[in-house]
Amino acid sequence: MLIPLPWLAEFTPLGGRDGQQVAAALVSVGLEEEAVYGSGVTGPLVAGQVVEVAPEAQKNGKTINWCQVDVGSEHGGVRGIVCGADNFTAGDKVVVALPGAVLPGPFPISARKTYGHVSDGMICSARELGLGEDHDGIIVLARIGQDPAVGADLIPLLHLDEQTVEINVTPDRGYCFSIRGVAREFSHATGEAFTDPALVLTPPATASGFAVELDDAAPIHGRPGCDRFVARVVRGCDAFRPSPDWLRRRLTQAGMRPIALAVDVTNYVMLELGQPLHAYDLHGVAEPIVVRRALAGERLVTLDDVDRALDPEDLLITDSPGGRPASRVLGLAGVMGGASSEITESTRDLLIEAAHFDPVTVARTSRRHKLGSEAARRFERGADPELPPKAVQRVIDLLVEYGGGAADLDVTDAGFVRPQPAISFDPGYPARLVGVDYSPARVRQVLEEIGCQVDDAAEPGSPAGAAFQRGALGDGPDRSGALGADGRADWAEGPGAAAGAGAWSVTPPSWRPDLTRAVDLVEEVARIDGYAKIPSQVASAPAGGGLTKAQRLRRSVARSLADFGLVEVLSYPFVGEGVFDALGYPPEDGRRQAVRLANPLDAAAPLLRTAILQTLLGVARRNAARGLTDAGLFEIGLVTEAPPIQLRAPMLRTDARPSNEELAAVVQAVPDQPRHAAGLLMGYRVRPGVWGPGRGADWADAVQAVKVAGQTAGVSLTASQDQVAPFHPGRCARLMAGEAPIGHAGELHPAVVREFGLPAGAVGFEIDLDRLIELAPDIVAARTVSPQPLAKEDLAFVVPRSLPAAELVAAVRTGAGSLVEDAFVFDVYQGDQIPADKKSIAVALRLRAADHTLSPEEIAAARAGAIKQAARLGATLRT
Amino acid sequence: MPFVPESVSPLDQAGLDRLADQARDAAARAANLEDLGRLRRQWTGDSSALAAANRAIKELPGPDRAQAGKNMGAVKQAVFAAFDHRRQVLEETAAEAQLSRETVDVTEPTERLAPGARHPLELTQERIADVFTAMGWTIAEGPELEAEWFNFDALNFGPDHPARQMQDTFFVDPPGSGLVMRTHTSPVQARVLLSQGVPCYVAVPGKVFRTDELDATHTPVFHQVEGLAVDRGLTMGDLRGTLDRFADAMFGQGVRTRLRPSFFPFTEPSAEMDLLCFACRGVDPACRTCGGSGWIEWGGCGMVDPNVLVACGVDPTEYQGFAFGMGIERTLMFRNGVKDMHDMVEGDIRFSLRHGVEI
Repeated sequence: MLIPLPWLAEFTPLGGRDGQQVAAALVSVGLEEEAVYGSGVTGPLVAGQVVEVAPEAQKNGKTINWCQVDVGSEHGGVRGIVCGADNFTAGDKVVVALPGAVLPGPFPISARKTYGHVSDGMICSARELGLGEDHDGIIVLARIGQDPAVGADLIPLLHLDEQTVEINVTPDRGYCFSIRGVAREFSHATGEAFTDPALVLTPPATASGFAVELDDAAPIHGRPGCDRFVARVVRGCDAFRPSPDWLRRRLTQAGMRPIALAVDVTNYVMLELGQPLHAYDLHGVAEPIVVRRALAGERLVTLDDVDRALDPEDLLITDSPGGRPASRVLGLAGVMGGASSEITESTRDLLIEAAHFDPVTVARTSRRHKLGSEAARRFERGADPELPPKAVQRVIDLLVEYGGGAADLDVTDAGFVRPQPAISFDPGYPARLVGVDYSPARVRQVLEEIGCQVDDAAEPGSPAGAAFQRGALGDGPDRSGALGADGRADWAEGPGAAAGAGAWSVTPPSWRPDLTRAVDLVEEVARIDGYAKIPSQVASAPAGGGLTKAQRLRRSVARSLADFGLVEVLSYPFVGEGVFDALGYPPEDGRRQAVRLANPLDAAAPLLRTAILQTLLGVARRNAARGLTDAGLFEIGLVTEAPPIQLRAPMLRTDARPSNEELAAVVQAVPDQPRHAAGLLMGYRVRPGVWGPGRGADWADAVQAVKVAGQTAGVSLTASQDQVAPFHPGRCARLMAGEAPIGHAGELHPAVVREFGLPAGAVGFEIDLDRLIELAPDIVAARTVSPQPLAKEDLAFVVPRSLPAAELVAAVRTGAGSLVEDAFVFDVYQGDQIPADKKSIAVALRLRAADHTLSPEEIAAARAGAIKQAARLGATLRT
Repeated sequence: MPFVPESVSPLDQAGLDRLADQARDAAARAANLEDLGRLRRQWTGDSSALAAANRAIKELPGPDRAQAGKNMGAVKQAVFAAFDHRRQVLEETAAEAQLSRETVDVTEPTERLAPGARHPLELTQERIADVFTAMGWTIAEGPELEAEWFNFDALNFGPDHPARQMQDTFFVDPPGSGLVMRTHTSPVQARVLLSQGVPCYVAVPGKVFRTDELDATHTPVFHQVEGLAVDRGLTMGDLRGTLDRFADAMFGQGVRTRLRPSFFPFTEPSAEMDLLCFACRGVDPACRTCGGSGWIEWGGCGMVDPNVLVACGVDPTEYQGFAFGMGIERTLMFRNGVKDMHDMVEGDIRFSLRHGVEI
């Protein structure tokens, strides 16, 4: 909402405040500042009198005027200025921008050579000054009724010193879409006086006015779509003529384009009061006007030339041509008019409409037809139902003053507005909720200041404070000690009594439909008294237990992956089907089943990822494309599992707690979103350098990364061979915690590596972090450390080539028995020394007892047991 | 020609002294440990004059033997000490030479392994969580794909509430599924109140989604921290104090804050919390950081609307509380001077690496 300051000042003194200061005052009562605008013109801009005009034909066919202009002795007397316009003669007073002036653009003026002359300034048109779109040459001051002295400063005269403040109006404060509302708020913020522009006298309604029927067969939420419709007729008015300059200027400053008197006046009154209005050509409307819901199949061409199919919920303004009642659609009520009854050049008689429409009806229609309008913006936030007759009167007064004619005496005022219900209000509630000990007198003062009618339940003549004491504390005279010496309550007492005996009855003003509950009034008290007065104190929560186990482990895993050399990144979770192909998922792969967004930002990525690698690979590609080809990345985030059958999440009641069954139905409809961790390593794992050659990241790095995550969580993971996309079929490990699958790691399939433009041999992993953390022990039991000597036995086996190393190690461990401290592979060999279908695996066996030095017999027995167990796998001891 | 020392009688004190002097000279002349070993064998070995003299003792008549033994003991001690001393010197020299040979240029590169890092947005969220757990609060999480009822209805956004349009929501196909990408972390408020009841002090960091195109200051996926406290007797003063403490912890002691009236469906009264502009400290009308207003918006807050408490099964006549929601990206922009949203969302590893594992 744009607020030209002179307009605001008509209803509240600005007290010398400039745009920034006005904006700051409005911010303090909740009207957020967007910007402060000036005219964009800075001086010197002076009145000049044309002394001589010498037309000079140019080679390009144009004629320019070489003018001598007297700009006053204080500005250097007569100057030569080149001017392209020819709508003036010697003797005219014109607007001259002297060198040093800046016009909107910004367009700085300097003396410059043009058409063979040095033009020592510029004679300005209205358009160049940002005053309008007139194309008929430069401004001749006499023609706009001005005759300033030569050399006079024209900035104030042309209103170019006026500022406009733009504010952002929150959805609850519809009345601030008006100068009236903002002036009232400014008055609240500053204490300056406020004069209500809606205080206009209106004639009473008559029975013989233009016939209007309100016929709403299908109210929404039981509220009629239109509860008030005021209409009056003006005859003999030149409605299509241009509006006076001051009105055009106001509209321009407020961001609306001036068009013609009738349209401009209705817009002007809407901006000033907040009441949307419509002016019809009287002869384009046939009595009676009927306000009704649309019928199935009805259509309307709106003023923006769009042919729209109407919905039975749309509220329409219709009329009755040819005696067929409600047969012609004039417009979408409160949203936009139709083309048929527009004001034209020949219009002399007008019907002025101001109505009050149901916010929900207007909001739904506006949304349904994607049709925002100034009117809809105001109605859907709640307009003042008392305004229609006053706004119509203002329109009529302005039309008659500037367009001539006269208004009919008849006044149509159809409908019935339900009175604003009174709110039962405990005057101690603001103090209890806000923490400022407002006195009852102050609470009352604020409520009355914003226009509420306050009726307290106290006996006549009893001070408000006494009523407040009884009502708020309510349980006996012994509590009256809570009142301080100044009559204020000490609300550190805790929750007071519910509103009841002693509660006030507060009726909000007609322009505040947002005030329906006691808590809404609390905000008004806090806001008007000032948020700056709210004390700063820290709520003391009960002693807490810190992070949960899952939260701690998640952090630890992330930290250990970073320490492993991976860099955490984040990616958007949106993917397209194409990524499933790019990752080589087979057609039946469950990860292809993804939740789809109805309105994705990118039509090519409408799905939610089902694995992090789907989006992390794109991040890796971006890094590689930027030359960061030796990199390790990881991301921890949610993936979304599409349920086999998408349940509809029901809408539950909000007027009380839904039942547990109802809540469970909502929760169950939300797809599972497990937290995964995924990583990628590409290029060198060990960089080449002065120390020697580097080593590329390989499958083992990816597997180790997962094992590091497992160790961090206290979960031992084992790898086994697997074949899963997007991994190399021969270099893919499945990681298990006991029987629970945790995820996969390995080298990426070469096709995937190519598809994403990554260095050859890139590797990756993805695990279900939630599951890993679920399996993590709450407490790791300690184990006594043995100080006894370690016995080292190395065993080299020849085994079938297909035997996984992990199985051999497991057999060695089992066979060697309880003395095993560790067993691990330290060498694998295939080659000439052993048969082609065999390989050699060397296992280091480390033995130790808790309480004694192992005897040679014990060591030999363990070794023999290991060999015997390994033999069951076809392993023979290499000799 | 092999060196042959003269033979000496064990009773010839002057001869023995001469022998000891010669042996000492030989030891001192040894150039290295190998040389020293050879000389030691020469001067003290079985075929040495010293050994011969020693053997000669037993040939002597009884009365002379004691004197001869005494003489030989002193000579042998002097000779052995000379060789031991020389060995020690030569060993030290050798060790020094070894260390000298092993000297490297420590200014050569050392980064065999590339460093890792955490993402600054994640670190900021963890830091925020630490601030609140230190105040006794708990940290909660919820789904990112959420039921509309939790995201809107339970939070007092009715189906026709204008604010429901204000939020540019990703809806889940098919229309009418009742599911959305959560537009704020506030649905977790409702989930926590419904499942855990009151009193309740919970902070919820997490991802949220709105249909904004990515540009320097917007991103469709961003992060928020939601706070909710519901208890007996909580006021807006507690809200202000908690946020002041939070601001101090994030931006340093003494950061100036203000509350300004605003509107949110799930709070009443509602406020925006602003921070005094870090760039101009509120004095530059042309400041580009704050647009000249002197204040920058940090997030929204207010007292929990009674309608929210009722929908979540909490009696608003007995309990009241406050809620707030702050943008993590904004926090990081103000606090660490991040200029462009692209840096935070594109996943370029250089952005994370700058910060390592602390923010």
